[in-house]
Amino acid sequence: MTVLLEVQDLDASYGDFQALFGVNLAVNEGEVIAVVGANGAGKSTLLRCLTGLLPTCSNSIRLSGTAIGGWSTHRIARVGVAMSPEGRRLFPSLSVTENLLTGATVGRKGAWTLDTIHALFPILKEKANQPATELSGGQQQMVALGRALMANPSLLLLDEVSLGLAPVAVREVYAQLPAIRAQGISVIIVEQDIARATKVSDRLYCLQEGRVTQTGVSSVLTRDDISAAYFGRERGLE
Amino acid sequence: MTEIINSILQGLLLGGLYGLFAAGLSLMFGVMRFINLAHGDFIVAAAFGAFAIVSATGLNPLVSLVLLVPGFAFAGYCIQRVVLNRVIGRDIMPGILVTFGFSVMLQNLMLEVFSANSQRLDAGWLSTASVTVGSISVGLAPLLTFAIAVALLGGLGAFLAHTSTGRLLRATSDDSEAVGLMGADRKHLFALATALASGIVARAGVLMAIKTNFDPSAGPIRLLFAFEAVIIGGLGSLWGTLIGGIVLGVAQGIGAAIDPGYQILAGHVVFLIILVMRPQGLFARQKS
Repeated sequence: MTVLLEVQDLDASYGDFQALFGVNLAVNEGEVIAVVGANGAGKSTLLRCLTGLLPTCSNSIRLSGTAIGGWSTHRIARVGVAMSPEGRRLFPSLSVTENLLTGATVGRKGAWTLDTIHALFPILKEKANQPATELSGGQQQMVALGRALMANPSLLLLDEVSLGLAPVAVREVYAQLPAIRAQGISVIIVEQDIARATKVSDRLYCLQEGRVTQTGVSSVLTRDDISAAYFGRERGLE
Repeated sequence: MTEIINSILQGLLLGGLYGLFAAGLSLMFGVMRFINLAHGDFIVAAAFGAFAIVSATGLNPLVSLVLLVPGFAFAGYCIQRVVLNRVIGRDIMPGILVTFGFSVMLQNLMLEVFSANSQRLDAGWLSTASVTVGSISVGLAPLLTFAIAVALLGGLGAFLAHTSTGRLLRATSDDSEAVGLMGADRKHLFALATALASGIVARAGVLMAIKTNFDPSAGPIRLLFAFEAVIIGGLGSLWGTLIGGIVLGVAQGIGAAIDPGYQILAGHVVFLIILVMRPQGLFARQKS
């Protein structure tokens, strides 16, 4: 299996506060990886590093063998890394369709077009001309996911997709993951919902206080393994 | 009665020029949350640019726009890329200080090159031509200025609404960091916004120079009018900016009709009233 993304000894800081300590992670082509951890564990910081929103050391992140650490955000997006960010961050001034079209700015060719996104989420065609932020939370998440797919990425980052959404909306969004995988896209899912993360991923990484404390095949890891890594070794074994 | 209608009409047409003053400021603030304190001085620099071209060639000032608009747009792009992009961030103070520095520099540069003498551009027959309807007579130059302002703001609005670059500029206005995630270089988009604003500034400067006297220290009062028009109209609304300019122009026109000394004061008073009654402006863009 070919490695798409390789993260080696990644450190990240916000000023004096160090948020990640020597994180190692690898994502193979077409693989779905889940990154779980409590609030403040460093999950979103990891994604900020991968997208260039937080500057990192140049050799710590490699995409298809190319060192992309230290690159600007737009340059990383153009080589195939797209993200559905935490809180969705849709553009309020833009309609649903306009939001989706901004995702195509990178100009990468592929299977994902406005038509295929509409086929995936038909509601977005019905609400095409509405301001995106006037949609329900679940529908907004669909726009955020659709917008990221419009970039035809090789690596898709999903940050806290389920945050603030009704369970039915979360199920509806995650139900499309197989269709996304079928296009050969690698996915990193950052989730607090461990059960869901385990269910949809091939492998799982657990972060605690900026360090990887557990990693393994999702279907093999036990609930105790994960909770020990999630809450800390001592608490997990209580 | 005719005098009042005439004052309102003159004010309305003057509002077109104020709308142009304000449009560039509004665009830059809208896209970058950046306040350019040298905006008025760039308008005056455009007027002096036209003055230099007209003095050298004897052409009509409006013809100088052929050189000035692309020249200002290019200069605006470069200034944004080389200087202003470095000071854009969470804190607005560095940007304010740098553009204040630009303002001082430009004023002194113009003083050095063109002296403190007051200038005005002669647009030939256009300066004196007028249209008379009944007992009301309107100058062709103010009418043309108003028409240019409407056409320019309409064109800019259409560009922002219907082109992919315009869409990205609007997206940048909402969340410039997220625009980077879409693969767009926000520094380039910032510079494009400044280039567009500078092109408008060039037009505003030349039209101002045909309408009124100007000197190297005339920038700050233009900045003030631009600010007032933007705030009256509401931040983020292009047509609101034009309406803001018109409200300001009409207020000044009525003030001048009462007493010439009240012209500027009347504009400030109306601005103050609107600021108190409706601080978000008349047509502020709604954001969720």
